[in-house]
Amino acid sequence: MRGLIEDDYVTEEGEFVINIGPQHPSTHGVLHLKVWLDGETVKKVQPHLGFIHRSIEKMSESLSYRNFIFATSRMDYLAAHINNEACALTVEKGLQLEVPDRAKYIRTILAELTRLQSHLLWWGCTGLDLGAVTPFFYAFREREFIMEIMEETCGARLTQNFMVPGGVMYDIHPNFQKRTKEVLTQIKGKFQEYDDIMTGNVIFENRTKGVGFLSKEDAISYGVTGPTARASGVSCDIRKLIPYSAYNQVQFDEILGTGGDCYARYMIRMHEMKQSVSIIEQLIDNIPEGDFQTKTKNVIKLPKGEFYQRVETPRGELGVFIVSDGAASPYRIKYRSPGFSNLSALPLMAKGGKIGDLVAIMSTIDLVIPDIDR
Amino acid sequence: MRILLTYSFSSFANYIHHLLAELITNPMLLHVTEMVILGVSLIAFLVVLCFFLGYMERKVAAFMEIRLGPNRVGPKGSMQIVADTLKLLLKEGLTPDSADKFLFNLAPVIMVIASMMVIAPIAFAKDFQLYDINIGVLYVSAVSSLGVIGILMAGWSSNNKYSLLGAMRSGAQIVSYELSVGLSLISIVVLSGSLSLGDIVRSQENGWWIIKGHIPVMISFVIFVIASTAEINRAPFDMAEAEQELTGGFHTEYAGMKFAMFLLSEYINLFMVSAIAATLFLGGWMPFHIGGLDGFNHIMDFIPSSVWFFSKTFLIIFIIMQFRWTFPRLRVDQLLTLEWKYLLPISMINVILVTIMAIMGWHF
Amino acid sequence: MNIEELKSSISAILPSAIYDETGEFLNVNIASEELYPLINELRSNSEFDFDYLFCLTCIDWKDHLMMVYHLLSKTHQHTIVLKAKISNRENAEIETVFNIWRTAELLEREVFDLFGVKFINHPDLRRLFLSDDWNGYPLRKDYVDENMISL
Repeated sequence: MRGLIEDDYVTEEGEFVINIGPQHPSTHGVLHLKVWLDGETVKKVQPHLGFIHRSIEKMSESLSYRNFIFATSRMDYLAAHINNEACALTVEKGLQLEVPDRAKYIRTILAELTRLQSHLLWWGCTGLDLGAVTPFFYAFREREFIMEIMEETCGARLTQNFMVPGGVMYDIHPNFQKRTKEVLTQIKGKFQEYDDIMTGNVIFENRTKGVGFLSKEDAISYGVTGPTARASGVSCDIRKLIPYSAYNQVQFDEILGTGGDCYARYMIRMHEMKQSVSIIEQLIDNIPEGDFQTKTKNVIKLPKGEFYQRVETPRGELGVFIVSDGAASPYRIKYRSPGFSNLSALPLMAKGGKIGDLVAIMSTIDLVIPDIDR
Repeated sequence: MRILLTYSFSSFANYIHHLLAELITNPMLLHVTEMVILGVSLIAFLVVLCFFLGYMERKVAAFMEIRLGPNRVGPKGSMQIVADTLKLLLKEGLTPDSADKFLFNLAPVIMVIASMMVIAPIAFAKDFQLYDINIGVLYVSAVSSLGVIGILMAGWSSNNKYSLLGAMRSGAQIVSYELSVGLSLISIVVLSGSLSLGDIVRSQENGWWIIKGHIPVMISFVIFVIASTAEINRAPFDMAEAEQELTGGFHTEYAGMKFAMFLLSEYINLFMVSAIAATLFLGGWMPFHIGGLDGFNHIMDFIPSSVWFFSKTFLIIFIIMQFRWTFPRLRVDQLLTLEWKYLLPISMINVILVTIMAIMGWHF
Repeated sequence: MNIEELKSSISAILPSAIYDETGEFLNVNIASEELYPLINELRSNSEFDFDYLFCLTCIDWKDHLMMVYHLLSKTHQHTIVLKAKISNRENAEIETVFNIWRTAELLEREVFDLFGVKFINHPDLRRLFLSDDWNGYPLRKDYVDENMISL
């Protein structure tokens, strides 16, 4: 695998290097961090990537325009539906295809359900990383309900693969609206419980307030997006700036924080969960009748050119860049993944803190390593 | 049934003594035989207790996390810990090549010895105490501090940076929190006037110290519970073995039986700390008496003293277990800040208050 | 700034820039040697103020490599796509933009890993995903892997 490069381990007086990962209970995937420590204080962090690199971009160059969408479910598996939606939207942009309203509404509702379950898992894992084991079980209990809805409609719990260029693959299950409303009522009642367990806890506040500060200029320079950047005051919600699907039909707030520390990132995600619930409530009763798919040719060929689509995943801004030369497969696909840029800011945020802070920062950035390694 | 309830263990002990005295005539040999029997039976008792505590911890955790816990192995999962112990016994006990072999093997032994030695002055029931040494509190405090040597040995000899970090954290933590533990024990010693655990229990005949000593003793109790949770390396103070950060801390390199000994010593420590808290603050084997109400006290005496002792101890164990599954972990510098800047000054002022209370006779 | 103003301002700095408006954004085609002065001006000049580099990638067009930079200005909300053409495939080299946007550090390492483009003055140019002893640059169109099986 990776050979030992001698000058990688250069240390100064009194420092020593430890390896966190790739197999580690808290790195959210296979991430290898080399940490230079002076006692308990972190001097330098160097991430090493590539343990789960599956060359999705190269592989997609030999897949058809219908098939390459499904490889992206494995990229950021917690937001599989939103990844699929991004790819479908790019292809539709290339074909200049109009998606029926019903499909747009279904896409948006499923995307917000995906965002909700991703944030629930994040909340449970943040508690777990900081040492409180109980929130993990509470979060997964709610997440199960959302997974069941996904399974009923899309056929799969995690890698939904429900998108085709032109709309969604099938119509929604007849139970979809009723069950979604029930689940939303249940989840809304639990937000107070979550706040009681973790948010107001003194130990939790001490572990996260003032930890891992990221300034606004650094956030923009490092390309950080999503809740991580919004906590530093950067307004970057693609759903508001460049609305796609049915986002221009709903009212929701983009909440900006001022702290730039772990606590601000935590609070922004908690608010986002509530906003997701409110978006779904606005849409669930008003799904218009009509087609769920615009018919396209069996073999899709995009015209020559370059097409770029940006969407908002739970981690930040995902960009799909397709370069086409008129053939039936893409010539080049580039996925601008949000985790990649968020991770590049980790050494800056962790410098000067303790190891415990490093773990807290990693969990509040919400890293999903397959998204970074593609 | 009534005979069982009023059974006094001292008569059983006397019976065994007479039996042995007829068989073995040499007084020295008799003494040694009795000590060996006592030692073995106490170790067996502690091991069985740890089985029970392990099972209780998993069920309490499940209860707090809204799930069921072990329920397959044995009736309602009671044999789960037996199965776990068997698994640990059969595992390959690896010693890393570059580890310091002598210290590596010695560390768990020292930890278990230090934990088990605390059992000597604890009174489980009326007249059922191994050795009512007249400096009982000092003995307990001194012997339980020996455990930190085992932890540091384990961390150092593993030749592993994670273990070293964990052991250093733990060493700093235990040494700091001993101060608060000691000062809260002092408050009871001041009130009862004696270091011997038997005397302290007997002095609570007209009511437990936590009620007689009202506010200062309640503050001592709270500080004692918090500081002892830190002493035994349990969450929220388990920085030394924080799984999410250090993959195991000082016991990363241990496997098989040696790892089981670390677990054993942790549970024994938990029991001992709760037993000390129950003895000093909640009356030990003394039933719930209210000074002056003789009829009420007489009714309370019907419940055997061992039942009183064990229920108080398990109540405190339950509270300490609940801490683990509720709070996130404290970062190591916050942990030390809590001790040196908050608990220690409060304990010191509390000792002064208790002394004033004892001199002026403001307790019940 | 709208597209006309952007075009005239960029032409004032670099007259040899060629524009392509067929896509969604304004594409500016330049040669790789002319990249750094232009991109520095785009960042530092407050009328442009392109402070957000949201995509950095490379396309292999068989006879040349094309570096693509997507830039966005958060204050003025205009977007531009810079395309720098690298004609020399054997020794592909271009200036790094790491000191302008910090996000370029890992993105350029990825391009080096998969395409073999060397970035001059990059602080730490090593392979990112593949192991250090890997031969070749996989995302190039002429890459042949001995273990690859075509179906």
